[in-house]
Amino acid sequence: MTKQIVVPFGPQHPVLPEPIHLDLVLEDETVVDAIPTIGYVHRGLEKLVEKREFTEYVFIAERICGICSYIHSNTYCECIEQIMGIEVPDRAQYLRTIWSEYSRMHSHLLWLGLFADSMGFESVFMNAWRLREHLLDDMESTTGGRVIQGVCKVGGVRKDIAPEKLDEMLKGLKGIERELQDLTTVFLDDSSIKNRLVGVGRLSCEDAYQLGAVGPTARGSGVDIDLRSTGYAAYGKINFKPVVEHGGDCYARCAVRAKELFTSIDIIEQCIRKIPDGPVDVKVTGAPDGEFFARSEQPRGEVIHYVKGNGKKNLVRHRVRTPTFTNIPPLVTLLKGVELADVPVVVLTIDPCIGCAER
Amino acid sequence: MMEPQTITPIGVGDVVQTAQKAKDAGCRLVLMSCTKIADDFEITYSYEKDLKMTHYRITVKQDTVVPSISSVYFGAFVYENEIHDLYGIHVSGMNVDFKGTFYKTAVKHPFSVTITKGGDA
Repeated sequence: MTKQIVVPFGPQHPVLPEPIHLDLVLEDETVVDAIPTIGYVHRGLEKLVEKREFTEYVFIAERICGICSYIHSNTYCECIEQIMGIEVPDRAQYLRTIWSEYSRMHSHLLWLGLFADSMGFESVFMNAWRLREHLLDDMESTTGGRVIQGVCKVGGVRKDIAPEKLDEMLKGLKGIERELQDLTTVFLDDSSIKNRLVGVGRLSCEDAYQLGAVGPTARGSGVDIDLRSTGYAAYGKINFKPVVEHGGDCYARCAVRAKELFTSIDIIEQCIRKIPDGPVDVKVTGAPDGEFFARSEQPRGEVIHYVKGNGKKNLVRHRVRTPTFTNIPPLVTLLKGVELADVPVVVLTIDPCIGCAER
Repeated sequence: MMEPQTITPIGVGDVVQTAQKAKDAGCRLVLMSCTKIADDFEITYSYEKDLKMTHYRITVKQDTVVPSISSVYFGAFVYENEIHDLYGIHVSGMNVDFKGTFYKTAVKHPFSVTITKGGDA
């Protein structure tokens, strides 16, 4: 039997902006087991429901993550609205959908940039982040915030977008779409990127489903799970088809994110064309008495917010199950059998967001 | 409005069997969640198939030993270790047992106490 050695990977590593630790058990250069450790920066934000009223807590829910911040606030608000039976105006639902897709696009571009950087493609990294800036500019001009938007509230949204601005966003997206074609061609067709990714870190469709993989990690293995298909916010009024790849390897997971950029543009364009006039919020009175599990599709996959209230201003429980948290068991499985040199790339392909996992 | 959600109460002894039935029916495990209600703890197991969720709930005391479902769903170990570390509920038979080191918290089992607004536990 080959001698086994354990190589620690993380919590500080060039491809990890946030701390996660993996004990990699190696036989020669091959990983035969991986034991994950998180908990370095667990913040216990869920506990703050006991200190903050449910309407104020939206701002804390949004701060769970600095990338998918908007979608956290959106999902939390949906949870409260379902318990309290609040009918959110249609215009607010469309605005929520638009901002959700902007969040997805800027997250995917951030990831594509980091991924390119991990493989030594510095110019591709900078180009991806240059395009991301345009999206952040639109987020800032419509919500007031680039990272934390603070625009979602229980009962609707705090800001409307003027028709002229929506037209301007539409034109801007057309320009970005052209540039994205060039950028994604590099990720999808470049031979050196393919050599680095194709066949590396395979996760079968069966394993992805049984291990609880979500988002591009699941869809890259042929598991067609996309919570947008449930029709929350305005997704039920939009035509779109989830991007599903069947390779199950690093290339497939990368391809899902690259192609989803265009799906997001299409969804935003449909929203802008269909958005009705009307109010963007309703008055909320009382406090939630009941419980609900709300789910949304974040850039990294399905997020679940569970809220339980007892009719008082402070909630009994807020629990968040983030996509990175449930993608840890699949990561452990797909690391088995890969070469040590491929571990950074494989880890990146689940797009780990430790801020979310350590909420 | 989304469709109403129902949560089915089950006994502690039925946890593994219910998980096996869910798996045999083609469901995936989407969530395990714990909530402290007075002196009791509610642990909810949520499964899903074709985007439809089903929920099962046990209500236990802190000293109850809850059987692990990680023999049925490998990925359950992250939820079970979390419940142990945050609430102090012992889960027996986990496939990956971090023995209380999954989360490094300043206070032991921090979610097992309720903080009242403006005061401590």
